[in-house]
Parts: sequence; structure tokens; C-alpha cells
Amino acid sequence: MDFGSINPVLLIASLMVASTPILLAALGELVVEKSGVLNLGVEGMMIVGAVTGFIVAVETGSPALGFLAASCGAVILAMIFGVLTQLLLSNQVATGLGLTLFGLGVSALMGQGYVGVRPPASPKLDIFGLNELPVVGPILFNQHGVVYLSLALVIGIWWYLRATRSGLILRAVGESHEAAHALGYSVVGTRFAAIAFGGACAGLGGGFLSLVVVPTWVDGMTAGQGWIALAIVVFASWRSARALIGAYLFGGLTVLQFNLQAAGIAIPVELLSMSPYLITILVLVIISSDKRRAAASAPASLGRSFHASG
Amino acid sequence: MSALLELTGLRKAYPGVVANDNVSFQVGRGEVHALLGENGAGKSTLVKMVYGLVRPDSGKMTLGGADYAPGSPHEARQSGIAMVFQHFSLFEALSVAENVALGMENPPPMRALATRIAEVSETYGLPLDPSRLVGELSAGERQRVEIIRCLLQDPKLLIMDEPTSVLTPGEVSVLFETLRKLQAEGTSILYISHKLEEIRALCDGATILRLGKVVGSCDPRQKSASELAEMMVGTELTPPAVRDHELGDVALALKDVSVASSAAFGTSLRDVSLTVRKGEVLGIGGVAGNGQDELLAVMSGEVVLAKDRVLLHGNPIGELGPNARRALGILAAPEERLGHAAAPDMSLVENAALSAWVRMGMVNHGFIDWRKARGHAERVIEKFDVRTPGAGNAARSLSGGNLQKFVIGREILQQPEVLVVNQPTWGVDASAAAFIRQALLDLAAEGAAVVVISQDLDELMEISTRFSALNEGRLSAPREAAGLTIDEIGLMLGGAEVVS
Repeated sequence: MDFGSINPVLLIASLMVASTPILLAALGELVVEKSGVLNLGVEGMMIVGAVTGFIVAVETGSPALGFLAASCGAVILAMIFGVLTQLLLSNQVATGLGLTLFGLGVSALMGQGYVGVRPPASPKLDIFGLNELPVVGPILFNQHGVVYLSLALVIGIWWYLRATRSGLILRAVGESHEAAHALGYSVVGTRFAAIAFGGACAGLGGGFLSLVVVPTWVDGMTAGQGWIALAIVVFASWRSARALIGAYLFGGLTVLQFNLQAAGIAIPVELLSMSPYLITILVLVIISSDKRRAAASAPASLGRSFHASG
Repeated sequence: MSALLELTGLRKAYPGVVANDNVSFQVGRGEVHALLGENGAGKSTLVKMVYGLVRPDSGKMTLGGADYAPGSPHEARQSGIAMVFQHFSLFEALSVAENVALGMENPPPMRALATRIAEVSETYGLPLDPSRLVGELSAGERQRVEIIRCLLQDPKLLIMDEPTSVLTPGEVSVLFETLRKLQAEGTSILYISHKLEEIRALCDGATILRLGKVVGSCDPRQKSASELAEMMVGTELTPPAVRDHELGDVALALKDVSVASSAAFGTSLRDVSLTVRKGEVLGIGGVAGNGQDELLAVMSGEVVLAKDRVLLHGNPIGELGPNARRALGILAAPEERLGHAAAPDMSLVENAALSAWVRMGMVNHGFIDWRKARGHAERVIEKFDVRTPGAGNAARSLSGGNLQKFVIGREILQQPEVLVVNQPTWGVDASAAAFIRQALLDLAAEGAAVVVISQDLDELMEISTRFSALNEGRLSAPREAAGLTIDEIGLMLGGAEVVS
């Protein structure tokens, strides 16, 4: 198959790479929201992850250390959010927005000397030497390790929330923090852990963006991907498999519209660039159009502050 | 009977209020012990200390002879104490089995747990499907979830906080059978309630709390309900005086109203018709969650309908919203005090203005006349004995009973032609409840039509002229309240047609 100059196998392989930052951020935020916390700072955590990961990878020459640092950097930012909203009971929406603005600013400051620097190449995995297979080889067996990790997280989070006791407690805390507290579960502790996990995922996504997808450091390079991740969580009705669909759809459309632009299709560039946003939202709205079920799957305590009283 | 749980000199103070002071009593093995008191007497704080949710400032507890100082509900559960909460500690979006697992220390895997839930529900006659979502269950079924959660842990002491406040008479008798079965097996039960007849029927001993202190203990089977009530309140209670007066024409009528509920776990109304006449109190009974909120919304105008579905004095008003209906004289006081009837963080003056500006002429060219609003709020506070430092205080700062008096008084002083109230005395102490009931009766005596939606059957029997039951969104045909027996009411609440 060949659509003009666009090769579908390469398209799929590259959409998986392009979608991974959004998928990771969405998965992290999904867990955070399931625990009843609305963290609007995803964009900020992603960009901080992108810059810390980039700096550490460039300085040490090790992409693996870079990914680790990306996660840690975003976790530190997430903990600021945790302390403010969980201990000092600040408003989650305002704090999350502040986190995004702060993250964008601090990352620009940190990345000053690194604009235009090339990061060390992070090799793709070659599983069982199967990457030579036609079609499936490049798609399934010749991806970066973080891509496999993100796919494992889709299944892992689904299984964790559905089948484990601590996943059940997490859902219970997000559903009714008063009742969970009455039964003796630590609402604040559970939420802190979820916020940290969300930060680690968003940071890893950011690091993957600056070290593999682009790969370079540019101010504000997340360009709204954190917001798309937030939207995907809601329209995916807080289910990890649907988050995967949403993220890959968005990533796929983004890659496709670049290819179409390059192929010189006679559609205005502006229309092409807005199409991923429009189509992703449209598809996810249709998936989650059953109003009653959507309301039931939303964590009932989402965004509400908890304070143990009497 | 040797004591299982013994409390000595327990004290707990919160900033500005002593919730419990020097509380001592014992619960024997296999005893059903009642803890009796009005709202705010400190019953809930006391059992929270026993369940490890709150630590006492001073005092001592022993359980089975050994010192007992639980630091968390986990420790309390490990010591053999289980608790059924007043406001259910359930998670609506989770299944029955998941809810049960959350209340256990070491739950078996889900499949084994589902089998055990089925077994226990069989043994105690509490049918329950482990895979259903709790949000879809009725109040009675929800309570079964809580009870089964406790039973699966073989508790030595079961604490029940106001367990019957949301149950139908039939469900209450099922609950009592279960409790007697447990008692026969040697389980002690600490039973908290302010329903005196229940306590007389069920309990072996009683401790009475007032304002955080033990004011007496007795064998409830030896005392009359009114003696218990006087111990509890500290003063004599007078039942409301029903005035004889002529009923007028039909004021408000609903015709075959069907409305789909907009809430996630709400109940839709199906073919509801009702009429209420001037001077009449129409009582609508039923367990919460059977369409009460939706029924109130239809009458208040929060949900608009086709024109001819709602008639006021024969004129179609179905398409009018709340303010248009207020102007015509239909006022409403919804159940949820904070958030629906009143804006929690706004002052009483602002809350008074919010509902009264239409009828009391408080708005002039788009500007609020704050003097009039303050005057109205202060009149409500004075006439309805609302205890608050001033009309400038936030609605949230009032206790439940005081805020309820304010909410009801705010509507009554606007001289409504039709007043609709939902759960007017829920969570309100006995003396405030008596006051509110009297105010509703007086309003009807002055010629207004009053619709009272309530779960409290004693209340409805006390003040209603006619009685209907709401069950799964259907309203039964009304009956004259005088002469209805508790069995007939039970049947009506269950959805059966009772022919007079």
C-alpha cells in the first residue's frame, strides 16, 4: 500500500512514538483523578520533566538517567501541588493552573543554555531480532523502551484499579472521601501517592518528548499536549484503554496531517493543524455520549478538598 | 451479665464546645444497649471514640476486661468492633462486594467474598446481590450492605448509629429480627436512636445523654415513651395542636406528571397526579430516593413541564419557572439545607433575599433593598426562634435545626398560598421539630395549602389531613390520614393499592 508519498507502516510506527508523551501524561492524570484530585498542572509537569530530563541526559550522556531525572523533576513539582492542595487545602483548580504557569516559566529558565543542543541518542529496542519482519517488525518489535512501558502501564493501571486492594481503596477515596475516612483509610496519604504517580508519568512523557520525539529542547515545547491529556482522561471516562485510543488517535492525526502537509495536499494548512484536536474531541465525545454512565464513572469527590473533622 | 465494653470518665472537647464530658457506662455481653439523646447530645462523638475515629481527651475504655484505646478504625475492627453508620459509609459507584471488602480487615478474593456475602445474606434473611452497584440500591438494601459488612467479621460489639431513620416499617421489622438473632448468638449491640418506641421494643438497657453528659440510665422496657422523652429533652414536650377548620377549594393540582430524573442515581416520576386544597396538609410518605426531590422540583418550578400539567387555582402554570411561581404564591423548602435550600457561605440576610425578593418587593430597578432584606431575615429569626448571633452570620454556621427553622420560616413569612416542604424535620432535634410542625399546621389553618414530603411517618400522621405514599416514582391515591393503621401505611409505602 502506498498513499502517494505516505508509507502506512512508518506512519503507524511514528504515531506510536508521537503519542507516547500524551498517553503517559493521560495515564498519570487518570490515576490522580480516580483518587479524587483534579491536577490541572499536567502541562507544567510535562515541560519540567522535558527540561530536567534533557539537561541530565546531555550532561551525563545517559538517556536512561535522563528519563529518571525527568520523572523526578516532575514529581517534585507534583509534591508542591500535593502540599498546597492536600495539607493547606488550597483550591485545586487554581493551584493546578498556577503549577502549569510556574512549570512553563521555570523550564524556560533552566533550559537557557540548552537551546539547540543535541541530546544523546536513545536507542530503540530490537526484540528477539524480529524488527526485520515486514509490517509488524517496525511497528511492534522496533520501538523505544518507554513506548513499551507506556503500553504496559495501560494494562497495569487497568488491572491495578480493577483487581487490587490498594486500587479499590484509591477508587473509594475518589468516590467518597468522607466514607473512606470513616472506614479508617488515609485519604490524604492515598492522594499524595496518586499525585506523585501522576507527576512521574507526566515527567516521563515530557522527557520522552525532548529526548526522543523531537529530540531537542525548545521553550514551551509541550505546546498544549498536557491539556490534550487532561481532555482525554475525561472523554475516556477514566478508563485506561480508552485513554490509549484517544492518545493514539490524536498522535496519529498529528503525524498524518504533517505528512499530508509535506505531500502538498490542497487543504489549507490551518485546517490540517486543527484537525487532530477537532477529530479527537469529536470521537471521544461520541464514545462517552451516554450521559448517565459518564456521570457514574466520574469520581464523585473529584476536585473537592478533604479535611478530617470530628 | 459481665460487661463487654466499659467506658469510664470519657471526655472530648472541640474548640468552643465540649462534645462529651465524664461519660461512663457499660455494655454487657449479649446486651442490646441504647444510647439515647437529641441531636447534638454527643452520641456520635462518643461512638466515634469507641470506633477509633476520634481520640478521647481523657478517660478510659476497657473491652472484655482489657484496656482498649483504638488509634484507628482498623484497630477497632481487629478488636471485634463493627459499626453501621448513620449516613451510610458506602460508595455509590462501587459494587456491593467491593463496598463490603472496603469495610473488612483481610477480605478474601472477590469471588470467594461474593459467595460468603450470599451465604450470610441467606442466613440472616437479608437478600442482596453482590455484583450490583450500591448507587442502584434502595436505602434499606444499602443498610443491608453495611450490616453484612459488619457480620462478615463476626463482631463482638455492633454499633448502630440511627439505623432506622431511612427504613420503611417493614424493613425495620426485618432489621429487628436480624438484631435479635445476633443477640441470641451473644453479640452485644450499642444502639443509637431517638426513636423511643423502637428502643422500648428492642433494648435491654439505656443510657441517656444530654449536652454531652450522662443524665440517667434505665431499663427502657420499664418506662413509657413520654418518660424517656422527658429524660432526653429535659422538659415536657407538647404535641402540636391540630385546629379544626374548613377546607377550601383545590389550590394546586398536578396532572399525570412523568419526568425523567436528571440525577445519576435519581428516580423518575411516573404518572403522578395530586391535588391539595386550601387549608389542607397533604402528607407524602416514602423512603428517600423514591422521587421526593423530583416531586418537589416539579411543584417548585425547578423542572418545567407542559402548561396544563400543573394547575394553580385552575390556571395552567406548568411552563413557569421558580420565580414566576413564587410571584403567584407557590413557595418551596427543599430537603438539602446547605446547597439547595440555602447558600452555605452567604449570610442569612442574603439567603432571605434570595427566596423572598419576588414576593416581598425587595428589588427596585434591579437594586436590592438591603434594609427590607435584613428586616425580613430578622423577623424570621425572631418569630421562629432561630439561635444565631445575628442575621449577618453565614448559613453554614447554624446548626441543622436552627437553619431548618430559618429556611421554613423564610417561606412561611412570605404568606404562601401553597407551601411545599421536603423532610422539614430531618436531623432536627425534638423541640425544634415540634415547633416546625406547629408552624406548618398554623399556616394551613390560615388557609394555605401545604404539601409535606417526609420519611418520618409519625410526623405525617401527626399533621396530615390526607396521606399519600411515594414509591419508585409513583404516588398512591391519597387516604384520609385519620384512622390509617401502621400496616396500611406499610402496604402503601410498598406500592400496594389500599382500598378504603
